[in-house]
Amino acid sequence: MSILSLQSVSLAFPADRNISRTRLVLDGITLHLASDEFIVVIGRSGSGKTSLLNLAAGFLKPTSGRVSVDGTDITGPAADRAVVFQDDALYPWLNARDNVAFPLKLKGVAKGERRLSADDLLAKVGLENAGAKNIWELSGGMRQRVGIARALASQPRFLLLDEPLGALDALTRTRLQQFLLKVWSDSKTGALLITHSIEEAMLLATRVIVLAPNPGRIIADIPASFGRQLLGGKSLQDIRDSPEYRRLHDGLNGLIHADSEEEAA
Amino acid sequence: MTINIGTVIPVTPTMPGDVVTEAPKPRRSLGTLPVSLVTIAVIIAAWSLASAYGLVSPLFLPSPLIVLKAIYSVAVNGFVDSTLAEHTLASLLRIFAALAVALIIGIPAGLAIGTSRIGKGILDPIVEFLRPLPPLAYLPLIIIWIGIGEASKITVIALAMLPPVILSTAAGVKSAPADFINAARSFGATRLQILLQVILPSTIPSILTGTRIALGAGWSTLVAAELVAASRGLGFMIQSAAQFLVTDIVIAGIIVIAAIAFLFEILARLLERWFVPWAAHR
Ligand SMILES: Nc1ncnc2c1ncn2[C@@H]1O[C@H](COP(=O)(O)OP(=O)(O)O)[C@@H](O)[C@H]1O
Ligand SMILES: [Mg+2]
Repeated sequence: MSILSLQSVSLAFPADRNISRTRLVLDGITLHLASDEFIVVIGRSGSGKTSLLNLAAGFLKPTSGRVSVDGTDITGPAADRAVVFQDDALYPWLNARDNVAFPLKLKGVAKGERRLSADDLLAKVGLENAGAKNIWELSGGMRQRVGIARALASQPRFLLLDEPLGALDALTRTRLQQFLLKVWSDSKTGALLITHSIEEAMLLATRVIVLAPNPGRIIADIPASFGRQLLGGKSLQDIRDSPEYRRLHDGLNGLIHADSEEEAA
Repeated sequence: MTINIGTVIPVTPTMPGDVVTEAPKPRRSLGTLPVSLVTIAVIIAAWSLASAYGLVSPLFLPSPLIVLKAIYSVAVNGFVDSTLAEHTLASLLRIFAALAVALIIGIPAGLAIGTSRIGKGILDPIVEFLRPLPPLAYLPLIIIWIGIGEASKITVIALAMLPPVILSTAAGVKSAPADFINAARSFGATRLQILLQVILPSTIPSILTGTRIALGAGWSTLVAAELVAASRGLGFMIQSAAQFLVTDIVIAGIIVIAAIAFLFEILARLLERWFVPWAAHR
């Protein structure tokens, strides 16, 4: 079991062109993600969700505080934390299979072996026949599945997903949520996913983190079990009809909404 | 003239989520081609009439027919000891040798400018110095340095080709999406792996564009380079013909160069379609 930790992390960006002044984007973030958890961070646009994920990935360095894996401070991005991007970031000069095999190529895995693993992963994400397809021949949902397979190929301890389903239509989105849940429970990696959909957060998370803006800070850290219920075979409709689902939904809605009124005032 | 018929949205039976968005095929519209063809026809007609009615002396403007005959005669009998094919081959060899040099030096230089502050600091002034200089200005210096042989001609052409190759490569680096690079970093890529496996492929469309521009610059420089101590080449052929006032061969040479440059342009576009089909889908 591994743990990805952010301890009292804050992040400031230079405000406009004035280098000497800074704007605090994240303040006092403390968050521990174990490799069997699925943490979903929810918050309004501009609340610092992407910045939080970029800190965890190592793309950004905190202004203060520590980011560590199993107690060792991270020095930048590394293969133990694979990222899935909202705009898939698949390489258009590689076909679907070679995209999935890309992290293995970086590690020096031999071509034949790479190919087998990539085809395995593609099958796992339900794209067994798409290996030879060009990226631009795939739909948005298929591309995100290739992106997830590629991240899994890296055999990370943590998957970091920045609104991976944000650009998809509602039907595809629901399907991919269940698919993501399955992939996560099979792969035994920790997941940190960002969204601004309350339904998505509740269905996927073992913990929902609510981020309030200006500066971004954690205002709630709530355990949830709807994903496990769904994996256990309970129907989506039954879950949505349950009183505990409604209660959490209203609660989260209130937390995010209350904040925006405070903002307007 | 382009006629817009609106984009046809393909209707496909689908599973939700597996909708393969068929990118609308780029319409093979005739575009400006008919107008261009008419323009060319009018120019040739005016040219024929001008020479047929003796408006211009044949010394200045021989008729299209005479030019055609000149092309045929040079092709079969040759001019100044070489046939048209030999002149053309000599020029093409220079152009391609220079292009090879320009690509071998220019692509790494462009990558260095695009990826490294130090590289940019060192190379920017050199490129900016070279870029606006007309090749004729430094041709004499090159000849003093490396003589009048083949090497100096190739050097001059390569120098003219370098800036577009370098600048296009550097621009291509800048346009590589940050997510592409970040994705590789999060899979544990080293700096060299990122350079060779992410940045370089991202820049290939730009490099091809740079190559097209470089070929244009190369042809303009070729004629100047063949001014000096050449015994073969299309530029040399035109120069010699001009000295003897053989205007039909001068025009023939110009037309052959134009035709080859045009073929190159088409070839470059085909290469683009074969090598970077994804460039059209970004
Ligand atoms: N590179 C940057 N430089 C300056 N400000 C930034 C930068 N990246 C993000 N910000 C600011 O930080 C805030 C949080 O951004 P972000 O983390 O993208 O939020 P979210 O993902 O929740 O929409 C925003 O106000 C944004 O303008
Ligand atoms: Mg964001």
